[in-house]
Amino acid sequence: MHKSRNFLGHLYMAAILFYLFMPLIIMGGAAFNDNRLPSVYPWKGFTNRWFVELFNDQVMWTSFRNTILVALAVVLIAVPLGAAGAILINSISGRVRGALYGVMVAPILMPGAVIGISTLLFWNQVNVPTGLHLSVLGQVSYIAAFVMLLVLARLQSFDPALEEAALDLGASHGQVLRRILLPHLTPALGAGAAIAFFQSIENFNVTLFTRGTSNTLTVYVFSKVRAGITPTINALALMLIGVTFLAAVIYEMRRRSLARKERLLAAPAED
Amino acid sequence: MQDLLRRYGATLTGTFVLLVAFWLLALVILPNVTLFEASFRPYLPVVDVGGPKDTYSFDNYRKFLNNPVDTSFLGISFQLPIHTITFLNTVLFSALVTFITFVMSYPLAYYLAKIVNPRALPTLVLLLFVPLWVSEALRAFAWYIILTFNGPLNAALVGMGLLDAPVRWQNGVFTAYDAIVIGLVYTYVLFMLFPIYGSIQSLDTNQIEASEDLGAKWWQTHWRVILPHAKPGIASGCVMVFMLSAGSLLVPSVLPSTKSNWFTQTIQVWMLESQDWNTGAAYSFLYILLCTVVVTLVMWAFKVKLSDIAK
Amino acid sequence: MSAEIDLDDVCCDFGSFRAVDHVSVKIRPGEFFSFLGPSGCGKTTILRMISGFTEPSSGVIRIGGKDVRGQRPNQRPTALIFQNLALFPLMPVWENIAFGLEVRGVDKATRRARAEELLRLVDLPGAADKMASQLSGGQRQRVAIARALAVEPAVMLLDEPLSALDLKLRQHMRAELRSIQKRTGVTFIYITHDQGEALAMSDRVGVMSQGRLQQVADPREIYNNPANGFVASFVGEMNILTGDVGATADGFASYATPHGTFRARLAPGAAKGPVKLYIRPEHVVLTPDAGGENAVSVTVGDVAFEGNFISVSATTDSGKHFVAELRNDGSATVPDPGSRQFMRFDAARAAILPDETGTA
Repeated sequence: MHKSRNFLGHLYMAAILFYLFMPLIIMGGAAFNDNRLPSVYPWKGFTNRWFVELFNDQVMWTSFRNTILVALAVVLIAVPLGAAGAILINSISGRVRGALYGVMVAPILMPGAVIGISTLLFWNQVNVPTGLHLSVLGQVSYIAAFVMLLVLARLQSFDPALEEAALDLGASHGQVLRRILLPHLTPALGAGAAIAFFQSIENFNVTLFTRGTSNTLTVYVFSKVRAGITPTINALALMLIGVTFLAAVIYEMRRRSLARKERLLAAPAED
Repeated sequence: MQDLLRRYGATLTGTFVLLVAFWLLALVILPNVTLFEASFRPYLPVVDVGGPKDTYSFDNYRKFLNNPVDTSFLGISFQLPIHTITFLNTVLFSALVTFITFVMSYPLAYYLAKIVNPRALPTLVLLLFVPLWVSEALRAFAWYIILTFNGPLNAALVGMGLLDAPVRWQNGVFTAYDAIVIGLVYTYVLFMLFPIYGSIQSLDTNQIEASEDLGAKWWQTHWRVILPHAKPGIASGCVMVFMLSAGSLLVPSVLPSTKSNWFTQTIQVWMLESQDWNTGAAYSFLYILLCTVVVTLVMWAFKVKLSDIAK
Repeated sequence: MSAEIDLDDVCCDFGSFRAVDHVSVKIRPGEFFSFLGPSGCGKTTILRMISGFTEPSSGVIRIGGKDVRGQRPNQRPTALIFQNLALFPLMPVWENIAFGLEVRGVDKATRRARAEELLRLVDLPGAADKMASQLSGGQRQRVAIARALAVEPAVMLLDEPLSALDLKLRQHMRAELRSIQKRTGVTFIYITHDQGEALAMSDRVGVMSQGRLQQVADPREIYNNPANGFVASFVGEMNILTGDVGATADGFASYATPHGTFRARLAPGAAKGPVKLYIRPEHVVLTPDAGGENAVSVTVGDVAFEGNFISVSATTDSGKHFVAELRNDGSATVPDPGSRQFMRFDAARAAILPDETGTA
């Protein structure tokens, strides 16, 4: 009874993985098809010309550079904002806490397009022209909330007695922050920075309404996909998937070696 | 506040408060206030802004109710304004996407949380994450390739003898939104999976065994023990998937049929093609209303708090 | 270095709740002083007021004669050892110990040397580069003490630091703490709800209940001459009788109860408010012979062998239960369960005490 249910489970897992990866493989495969239209079928022979075309596409390179710059700016702004928000939320209680928390997480639940439009309208009113700087601000408004949630979760495992102990030993408030609180928050801040970076790279909705005439990679991909002209986009997709997969493999190997080390270190000392 | 001052002193507390104030005021509250205000003003040439014609009215919202066209639902024909139809279709098909992703995710979440070998789990979760990191535009594009008339899906189905002739999937077999639903499900299914997985994982396995030990059938165990425990995760997943689907602009634009229209596309036309930001603001505000209603409904139906949903 | 701590009529309110209620006590330089009381009696609040994490609502706190009100914790010459020790989990042991020196700008080599020196003092050499999580409970305790000593405080404040240890280790650490205190000469203020701990280690004990200081005295005095009923029954076991005070003479009074009239010492101040009669089980004698003062006939119930003593429960004819503890040194004959005996106690060893000072 249990055995057969487990088997069904494994089967289902395999089916889902197939479902998730098959479209990516098909899309990647089309990058090598010597066909004017992006498709794996009919197969007209192997080519690398879409890659060559992609590398010669100056717009792609500009978009790529813009995407990285925007993502870095978002990380630099969203991490301090989110961390400050979490620290603030963590040390107040009652109604004010509930209200602040609500305002902070609301942008996560709001459609990206609306965030983009409201950002556009507000900064337009104070005479700030459109452009990628607005995209950064719009993205920060909801990405900071992700950072806040991560840091808040980490703060919940923080023992405030550690801060008191440091103060009691003569540390200033700045020293407490630098030596005690920030080291404890480092994993959450790191995860927050990574999430902020990837969320920003992924972002389309906010960017579309605030970018002015500049391109980011998602906007570039979107315009290419809509036009649907050449498989250069498949070449780009394949490379992005490749980078993602490589990152995942490196991460997995690091995790395994860390887990092995931890098992070796796990034996605590006796009195 | 007292606590904060005691723990971090005046300088640091001041810095924290200023940072948060900038975030919430300049990036969240004021933009939305501006949006709300602009939605009641007419779209005017620059010279007329602030002039006698610049008065508050509901005109922008009235456009939502203009241009009635014939439509039918469940066999009943009636007239509805065109943008209202788009809005209702967006809500309806987003709800459908939410339901499908739930049905797909729940068994998998249970499998990951309670059946799979814990040592294989991190690898599996990582594998599931990989497609999530691939750009949304590309994930939708992948399905565009699969579903094209001369594409691999038709080739495979015809080749296996399951279809006599290729099908125009993108134009819709059941509804005009088939391809969009397929694309949205593929793009957002993991946003349903992970919250449900998280909540099932926190359930003590002894409770499942106790339920079985007391004679419950497998479906009774799920219905009475596991599902109730997973409620916050399900609520969170539903809200996320619904919001992302309803708010998606990429998927409906990459996988459209001749008759499909998503509400975000309508807003995009107002904003970027008509350059009528005021009507765009009014429609955006309608979207905010929809979000508020959905989140409130889910919180009420699942009896969960906002902090359970936003995780 | 050590300093006198002077709490002068200190109160502390949290909203409408008064956690500390008019506490006045002078703790002498170099003294090992314990605040003893049940949880919620206000002893931790006193500690937090001395260390500066909580400000008194009224009253004055002086350390070494200086009013410290308004001084922040990092400005006071105190070092606090937290109940959970609060060792910094991300720093190795020596950085933990040297943290107080680090924030004072002491250079690294000096810090390291001082940490090693303190580790030897607390009998934990060679642990400098371990992480706190790799240490056992007792070792962590020593690191916490070394960390507090590193800043050369005038006063060490200890918030039940032994409560997480098992019994054997706890008894060992008691002796250890006492010996570190004597060697360093630092004033120790110790918070505990464990009367054994307080009595065994302290020069003086302050017993607290409901925010008030009930009695301040050396451990013997606390045990032998409790000031009131709360101290009497919180510290050690007691047989308690309720009745009325009769004729008094020479510090003794007769006390009429439903189970007989007894004579006992009358505590000063016991005249006002409700009083009870308290007799320690080890002062109760069981004999087959009638006669003499404070004797009442009883039926022996359970006889429980506890090792170093034998606990006998006995019931008077009027239905009152008593507990008597007989030393297991062969001097007492152990009565048989069910036998008829006479229970007797020495009037000088029994006391008529008010329920609680200050509540009246």
